[in-house]
Amino acid sequence: MIILPEEPTPIAKVPSTENKTGGWRTFRPIIHYEKCIRCYICWKFCPEPAIEFDSPDAFPAPKPALAKFDTVKINYDYCKGCGICANECPVKAIEMVLEEMGGD
Amino acid sequence: MRKLTIPEEEYMLPGHTACLGCGAAIAMRYVLKALGKNTIISIPACCWAVIPGVYPRRTLKIPLLYTAFEVTGAAISGIREALNAMGKEDVNVVGFAGDGGTADIGIQALSGAVERGHNVFYIMYDNEAYMNTGIQRSGSTPMGAWTTTTPGGKKRMYKWEPKKDVAEIMVAHHIPYVATATIGYPEDLIAKIKRAKEINGPKFIQILSPCPTGWRHSPDKTVEISRLAVQTNIFPLYEVVNGTYRITVKPKNLKPIKEYLRLQGRFRHLTDEEIEMIQKHVDERWKELLKKERCSNEK
Repeated sequence: MIILPEEPTPIAKVPSTENKTGGWRTFRPIIHYEKCIRCYICWKFCPEPAIEFDSPDAFPAPKPALAKFDTVKINYDYCKGCGICANECPVKAIEMVLEEMGGD
Repeated sequence: MRKLTIPEEEYMLPGHTACLGCGAAIAMRYVLKALGKNTIISIPACCWAVIPGVYPRRTLKIPLLYTAFEVTGAAISGIREALNAMGKEDVNVVGFAGDGGTADIGIQALSGAVERGHNVFYIMYDNEAYMNTGIQRSGSTPMGAWTTTTPGGKKRMYKWEPKKDVAEIMVAHHIPYVATATIGYPEDLIAKIKRAKEINGPKFIQILSPCPTGWRHSPDKTVEISRLAVQTNIFPLYEVVNGTYRITVKPKNLKPIKEYLRLQGRFRHLTDEEIEMIQKHVDERWKELLKKERCSNEK
């Protein structure tokens, strides 16, 4: 007797967001918001994507003209710490810091 | 409020298993941003076959169909014709294959698919070796590179044959749209895919995607290296619409090829004479491309 599977073809249904790839990280990117000009270049080049938008007033803006633009924040659950954001940042507002043992 | 230069909508979820700083993951992100949700993608054995994670994980918000290594062209032809028979002609059908699955193993299926003229996209993300299985040399590996199957040694057995020019092979099929792009120029890449979307017929786009693991460079340099590839002319960005060439990015300050090679561990062994030889090869190819642009625009 041939037992057929419930579905004719295997269909992947579990989103990969269950896979917290943040544990791969050796270096943690830290955004220095007092330098951030809100250009979104880090968001543009993130391979995960682990950079998300936040409301404009979540962090203080370096200049009043920038206050109306959204801020960015890094989702450390998924950031693998590749450092592309820090390398591409035109104002060098992202710093790569060595992860400490026993942190979150 | 935010000012973005590329579409905001994401069709890729985080949590995939690409290496740190993967160029192919960035390439997929841009391709899906440009194509939108009405898309079906087919992937053969390549890095992208493992990036979504093990079954039952998925990382794309659109349907993805895995195929065998050599049949991406045949698979997308079949999906296209089946969708047409169902009356769903507005769905984009995309084959997304690596350079091994395009330049070496999959070339017969690709050649057949574009020759038959199906309305499909074929995207080759070019990481210049079989990276998924452990950095073996492919037809698309550039001159002078180290791979695990061209390991060098006393006889300096590196890959000395020039890189296979798949975009030109596709131009020779007289298809309506052929382009090269790279992840360092996302606006250019997305504009090319959007332009291709308006064209009915087979479309081929080659995307240079640096691979930190196989190219032996620091993962944070992925985007920088892809940009340098264009600024040193080793990977010129152009498009060919119905046989008419147009170079989309002409480097203003041309950089020597050494700057591109020295960032990558796979070229670390090169001597100054060998770099000179590669520089000569790159210059010749660039002149050839300028000639093609000039000649094809003379009507």
